[in-house]
Order: sequence, then C-alpha cells, then structure tokens
Amino acid sequence: MKNLGAVLLGLIAVLLLASLSAFTVDQREYALVFRLGEIISVKKAPGLYFKVPMVDNVRYFDNRILTLNWVEPDRFITSEKKNVLVDSFVKWRITDPAKYYVSVKGDELQAERRLSQTVNDGLRAEFGKRTIHDVVSGERSQIIEILRQRADRDSNQMGIQVLDVRLKRVDLPQEVSESVYQRMEAERKRVANQLRSQGAGAAEKIRADADRQREIIIAEAFREAQRTKGAGDAKASDIYAQAYGKNPEFYSFYRSLEAYRNSFKSKSDVLVLEPNSDFFKYMRDAGGRKK
Amino acid sequence: MANDPGWGNRNNDGPPDLDEVLRQFSRKLNGLFGKSGKGDNQSPDSGNKRLAVLPIVGLVAVIWFATGFYIVDQGSRGVVLRFGKHVETTLPGPRWHMPYPIETVTVVNMEQVRTIEVGYRSAEGGSSRSKELRESLMLTDDENIIDLQLAVQYNLKNVEETLFNNRSAEESMRGIAEAAIRQVVGKSKMDFALYEGREEVAVRAKKLMQDMLDRYKSGINVVNVTMQNAQPPEQVQAAFDDAVKAGQDLERQKNEGQAYANDVIPKARGAASRLLEEAAGYKLRVENEALGNASRFNQILTEYQRAPEVTRQRMYLDAQEQILSSVSKVVIDQKSGNSLLYLPLDKLLSATGTVAPNANSAQPAPVPATTLPELNANAQRSRDAFRSRDRENR
Repeated sequence: MKNLGAVLLGLIAVLLLASLSAFTVDQREYALVFRLGEIISVKKAPGLYFKVPMVDNVRYFDNRILTLNWVEPDRFITSEKKNVLVDSFVKWRITDPAKYYVSVKGDELQAERRLSQTVNDGLRAEFGKRTIHDVVSGERSQIIEILRQRADRDSNQMGIQVLDVRLKRVDLPQEVSESVYQRMEAERKRVANQLRSQGAGAAEKIRADADRQREIIIAEAFREAQRTKGAGDAKASDIYAQAYGKNPEFYSFYRSLEAYRNSFKSKSDVLVLEPNSDFFKYMRDAGGRKK
Repeated sequence: MANDPGWGNRNNDGPPDLDEVLRQFSRKLNGLFGKSGKGDNQSPDSGNKRLAVLPIVGLVAVIWFATGFYIVDQGSRGVVLRFGKHVETTLPGPRWHMPYPIETVTVVNMEQVRTIEVGYRSAEGGSSRSKELRESLMLTDDENIIDLQLAVQYNLKNVEETLFNNRSAEESMRGIAEAAIRQVVGKSKMDFALYEGREEVAVRAKKLMQDMLDRYKSGINVVNVTMQNAQPPEQVQAAFDDAVKAGQDLERQKNEGQAYANDVIPKARGAASRLLEEAAGYKLRVENEALGNASRFNQILTEYQRAPEVTRQRMYLDAQEQILSSVSKVVIDQKSGNSLLYLPLDKLLSATGTVAPNANSAQPAPVPATTLPELNANAQRSRDAFRSRDRENR
C-alpha cells in the first residue's frame, strides 16, 4: 500500500509536470512563447508543444480573418463639398504575431483603432478627390482597392494583413436625403404631367382625326349629292328646253301668265291700273274701240 | 429523432459497425502511444498491487474512452482536432475520437440553410416584419434613393474553411450582403433597380457576395438572394403612385378619344348617306316635275296651235281675271286731268297689313275704285298735295 501511494503520488507529479510544460496550439491560433518576457519562439503550426514550466509562458493570437466594423457611420466630404455618411468594414488577419505583439501589445482593440484610423484617413483622402456619383457607383471598386493597398501597407508594420476594405453604406445625411426626395418627387411629377399631357395630346389627335374624317365624309357626300342634283337639274332643263323650244313665243306668254298669277294673288298686292288698258276696253266701250 | 439518420445510415450502408469502431480506436491508440509514448500509467513492478489497482484503472479508462463517442447527424460533418491540429473530417454516423484532452470534435451542420435579412427583420413566427430603414435605403447611380429589402440564404460548402479561416464568419454575412447589394444598386439606375432589373440586381448581388466570401475562404455558399421588396421610399411613394396613375390616365384619355371617334365617324357616315339619298330624291323630283310641266305645256301647245288667237285671248283673260279678283286695285284715268291725286298707301297697307308697290298719279277724275270707296273722298280733297308723275300702269 505504501508502494501504491508512492506510485500514485509519482503519477500525479508527472501529470502536473506534463500539464505545466505541455501546451497545444489550435488550428485557429498562433502562439508566442516568452521566456521571462523575451519572445523565444513563434508557433504557427498547430499541435502539441512543450515549454519550461514557470519560466516560459505562452500567448495565443487568432490567425483567422477578423472583421472590423464601425460602430457609427462616419461623415466625409466629397469634392463637391457634400457630406456623405460612410459605413464600411475591414477584413484583416494577423500574419506576424511577433510584430503584432510588439506594436500593439497584442491588444486587438488597439490594433483595430489604428486600422480604422488608417482606413478613415484613406477614405477622407479618396472621397475628397471624388464626387458622390463616383463614390457611389463609378469608382467604388477603385476606391476599395486603393484603400485596401494603403491600409495593407500601413498595417504591415503591425504584423497585419488587410484582405479587404468594403464600403457598406454610402448614404446622404438626413437633410440632404430630404432634398433628394423632393427632387425625386418633382421628377415623378414631371413624368406624370408629361404622361397626362401626352394622353391629352393623343386624345386630341384622335378627336381631330375623327373630325377630319367626318368633314371628309360629309364633303364627299355633299359633292356626290350636288353632282346628282346637278344631273337632275340638267335633265330637267333638257326636258324643258325640248318642250318649250317647240314654240318659244308661246312659252314666254304661257310662262308670263303663270308668273303673274303667282306674283299677284293676295289682297295685300295693290295694282294701280289705267282704265285704258286692253283689259278694260269693253268696260269703256261695248264695241271695244279705243277712244 | 435526431439520431435516426445516423443509425439508419449504418444499417443501410453498413459502414462503421462496432468492430470497425473498436479497431479504429485501437489503431488510433497505438498510433498515439507509438508517436508520443506518453500516458503510460502501468507500473510493471509488483503483480499483487497491479491486480488490485487494475479494476479501478480499467473502469476509469473505459469511462474515459467512452467519452470519445459522438454522432454526426445527416447533413453535418465532424471536425476532429488532435492537440489543436486538424486531423480528420468525419461523415454522418456514430464516430469515436480519442478522448479529451487528446482530441476534440466540433460537429457542424453543413446543409441547413440559414437566412439573413437585409433591410427588415421578421418577427418570430414570420407573420409580421419591421423595416430597418438604415439598411434598406440606398443610393442609386442616378442619385435617387430606393427602399430595398432582400433575404440571403446560405449554407456551408467547406467545413474546414468555415471553422478555420474566419472568426464569426456568419456574423459578418450581413455586412457582406449589404456591401454587395449597395455596390450593385449603386451601379444601377433607379428604374432598373425598381422595375425591370429587380431579378438582375439580385443575381449580380449574389455573385458579388460569393466572390467576397470566396476571397475570404469562408466556406460559405450563397444559395439564393431574393428581393423581398423594391420600392421608392415612403416619402415619395405618393408621387410614384401618381406617375403610375398618370400612365393609366394616358390610356384612358386615348380610349376616350377613340370613343369620340367611334361616335362621330358613324354619325358622319349616316349624315353622308342622308345627303346622298336626299340628292337622289331631289333628282327624281326635279326630273319628274320637268316631265310633268313639259307634258302639260306640250298639250296646251297642241291646242294653241289649233286656234292660236282665241286660245291666247282666252288664256290672257283667264289670267287677268284670276289676278284682279284676288288683289287690291286702284284704277286711275290718267288722261282725263292733271290735278294731283292723294293715294294714302299707308292706310291702304295697314288695312291689308303688307307692303305694296307705290303708285301715285295726278288725276281729279272719278276713280272707279271697287274695293276702297272711301279712298275716293280723300283723293279728291288732297289731290294738290302730290305732284303728278307719268307712270305706266299695266
């Protein structure tokens, strides 16, 4: 039993020593081994490692891609002196843990602060050269690439690689948005008005065309009608000429009588006559002689 | 229930049965001890002690080994790390890994489709949704602002990349989706993004997102990007609706014009045929009148030619009779004197009510006025008031 106790004690001691001297590096981490504050080794590959207990200590750093987000969008001024609110994110990773530790004491917040300063400076510079339109659509990719290179260069000395800088939002401030809305509204009104007047114009055109067709139809019918009437008149005239041509003198007499009859047929017609006209010859003298 | 796919899988395909698992286990154990030689807890000195300790040690060891069993669900992968180093990715089924602290396993669901929402958030249950204006309002190429909501569905295509390459890969999906959609919309015109190009915008955004995710080697696969809503912002909604209405007004006005045309032209056709019919009627009437008049004349002419003098006289007298019997008459003998005759035509006319041709002569002689006897007295009295004028009366 004494032996057993000794064995157990020994076992515990061995395990304790092992746990103090062994350490693992995860697939997702780098490890720095410090001996009394001095970096003696950089473990980039994952696996099981050993160190001198008590003397050495190990610090771990993430080797995955990290995301830097802004808490609040920042204001930048474009070349046409307009404010824009920009929200972006940065994808970065630690590539050189030793450098990283030395420059930012391994503090991720500090690293992000420096990174965001660099990116903000870059944004300010690049936005200052460009218009809103360039920033929003035209040269977005170029700006991103310029910012990425610049941030990558600056952060290299921190042991950091910048993989990507992306503009999430490029928005106009509220007061400018209002004026954009007003402009959009005005634009839509213009479109609406244009459509309405186009409609009125089209309708008027259709109406005018209808009126024109009506005039043409009526006019053509009138022409035909007059032609028909003229033919009738001509025919009638021909008939009269043939009939009356047989004795023009008698026609004249006959027609005159008819005309007198038609002209004087009411009491309101007053005739002032001389008694010596032919009609009255028997009135004066039974023989009908002239006086 | 959750284990069912795994167990079912074993029966069907029969890959790792218990023997297999044990063999795997002993192989791994040998490999481990062969490599590091650590963990040797046998003390080879006294047989008695060993016998006493062995059951306890054995029991502890069995329990320890048993902690290494795990089950990988269908659609998932198990990622095994030995001392932090990736050694194996296991397929669905019951599995065993060397117990802690040698190996650890992370089981990740690969195929489950996750959704992130940009511009809105669905409430639990999915019945209502709330807008996130900060996310949904974005600038277009023509510097308009549109309100756009989309859902991004994704799953994992590479479990090692997902686990090892990105910290909080899924948390940054929203940022990636926002950056992508805004980049695409920023290059599109408003009308394109709102109307004809909605699908196109989603497709481009999906491609851009996948490019970014691949660039970060995130192991995430974008399955689908669906445009939930694309509309103008609320502030200008009314104006947009009005523009749409104006488009319909355009059609309506055209239709009204057409209706007018459809009303007017047939009426004109009707009026035209009325003109033509009337003309045809007129023609027939005139011709027949002519024929009738001619026929009458011809017959009278025939009679006249038989006895011209008498007929002429008869016709003349007939006409005179008819005329004189129906009109008012004044008979004046011009030759019998040259005093003035007052003929009060106005009274004459007011008695009959109509205008008649004027007539005056100076003649004091008795006037045989048959219809207006009282006129004679007046004429006698004021005959000097008129100057005599020669006239021919018939």
